[in-house]
Amino acid sequence: MKALKLDRNAIGQWLSNMAGERDIYAPASDGPAKGTWTLLTDYSMPEIKPGVPARPVKNFLFPQPETLLKFSIVPTDPDCCLPSEPEENGRKNVVFGVRPCDARSIGLNALACKADTYYQANMDKNAIIGLTCSQVCSTCFCSETGGSPMGTEGCDVSLTEIDGRYIARAMTERGEELLALAESFGKEVTDSDFSAVEALEERARSGSDEIRNPEEQLRKKDLMELYNAPFWQELADRCINCGACTFLCPTCYCFDIQDETLHGKGRRIRCQDSCMFPLFTLHASGHNPRGQKIQRVRNRFMHKMKYFPDRFGPISCVGCGRCVRDCPVNIDIREVMRSLLNFHDMGSVTP
Amino acid sequence: MSSIKNPYRPYPARLDNIKVETEDGNLKTFRIVLEDKADREAWKHTAGQFAMLSLAGKGEIPIGIASSPTEEGHLLFTVNRAGVVTTALHNMNEGDRIGVRGPLGNGFPVDTELKGKNIVIIAGGFAFTTLRATLIYMLEHRQDYGKITVIYGARTPGMLLYRDELEKWQARDDVDIHVTIDREAPGWDGLVGFVPTIAGQVAPSPDNAAALICGPPIMIKFTMPPLEEIGWTDDQVYLSLENRMKCGIGICGHCSVGPVYVCHDGPVFTRSQVQKLPIEY
Repeated sequence: MKALKLDRNAIGQWLSNMAGERDIYAPASDGPAKGTWTLLTDYSMPEIKPGVPARPVKNFLFPQPETLLKFSIVPTDPDCCLPSEPEENGRKNVVFGVRPCDARSIGLNALACKADTYYQANMDKNAIIGLTCSQVCSTCFCSETGGSPMGTEGCDVSLTEIDGRYIARAMTERGEELLALAESFGKEVTDSDFSAVEALEERARSGSDEIRNPEEQLRKKDLMELYNAPFWQELADRCINCGACTFLCPTCYCFDIQDETLHGKGRRIRCQDSCMFPLFTLHASGHNPRGQKIQRVRNRFMHKMKYFPDRFGPISCVGCGRCVRDCPVNIDIREVMRSLLNFHDMGSVTP
Repeated sequence: MSSIKNPYRPYPARLDNIKVETEDGNLKTFRIVLEDKADREAWKHTAGQFAMLSLAGKGEIPIGIASSPTEEGHLLFTVNRAGVVTTALHNMNEGDRIGVRGPLGNGFPVDTELKGKNIVIIAGGFAFTTLRATLIYMLEHRQDYGKITVIYGARTPGMLLYRDELEKWQARDDVDIHVTIDREAPGWDGLVGFVPTIAGQVAPSPDNAAALICGPPIMIKFTMPPLEEIGWTDDQVYLSLENRMKCGIGICGHCSVGPVYVCHDGPVFTRSQVQKLPIEY
């Protein structure tokens, strides 16, 4: 696969070349839009701070909201109430500066979204240019979830900073095409550059994480024993069901579908939803299968750590740490993961 | 859009006939015809599956298909008026346009596990809909099944669904039908008593048999002990679960019960499968 060495000016030139065909988004590191993914208008290397931006990259895969269908509701209209797909403007995106954890989430969500044509189309629409992490934040734990600060999974091109320059490696065919736009001015990657990248990868591998491959251990555990574990109540007591974790989480992919109408036109939209909310499961009859807070708190963690791995293999968490950072009552998913890993049913043992 | 079919786009359809089923007017059966010939020809469902009924501007609701695959040309849905979309549907007229997305879910294993078995259908209230589809399918393929027993109960005679058909089935000698109401009512000379009591009296043999049970959770709960007493086991009992649904294709998370999606892995599960799941339905 193609690789180039780019300095900051060359990155600017490359962004400018890509902008001919694609809109380029990068995380804003300052100003009122700080932490969100904003459209670049000035093609220079954006300032990207260590760690993850506030908003996950899933917003490109599940736009907020996303129009699934549109329709007329004017009764005299021959096409009344006949839903059709919205027109696309055909414009594609480059999402620039995506951290390895976020990039990895795209493929994990895709495991659940195989039949979802809109998700597939959005994967098609958004090229991902990753940026590996030279610094690990206190809330980061990607390597405990199967990822790595040097991870490239989900990236079309992966950038690694070495001494103020970036080693850009194409990881997919689409990445090759994008990187070709920097070929005329990019520098050749030398053997010593490659060894520097390898050294960083080696350092990432030899980290002192106490958890490795949690999915294997979690898949072996009995589902109902974990479900009935005593620690859920303590978590539920603290949780205020605000749903912040689900909206910030790159691997929370649950959604709601609603119809909106205005002036005779309507659209069916989907937006992110949260299993933290009682309405998520409420039946029209009034019956609610997850009416209690403990059921909802438990469902979110069990989905990530047990239901998802049982169904698809990996855990549905990439260790970005946003929920750890922003939970208003300091619930720490790393502690929950440890509780699940260390839990042995003591139900049959009498003291 | 990619080359696979958009799973969120409903087939255009028309409300062909609307029939009020029950004395309280809360249940209506909607006969629906898909507008496009190609859609009608491609449509293929199994008894026990459901579909999303789609009302532009109101939303979608998952409803069990009450017609048997052998009833060609139209689909039947018996709908209880309960929420926003079902109320809007109840207010619609014959000839109005609607959307249908489906068929969805797994359905009863009528052509596999249930073949060659004695079948016991137990239904309470308006949960009889997909079991009507199942019963009609089985009667059309009568030689594929052993003895067929139906136990069906409603609160009052006026709350029974498909009364004309019940009478026709009662006149047949190749199916054993027990229709019951909760309390004595004027003009009713049939069985009186709750479904679990009648199930205990009928005492269907568990030998080479399968039971398909749909009804309110309380009915299912009390129907199991009399069956277990005469030797029925959980893997012989098929249940159809329902939960709030949005996508209908096992993604959006609303109907999840532990690791399974009622819409995609169900709605039909054996009782032994359900026993291994959290009680979140």
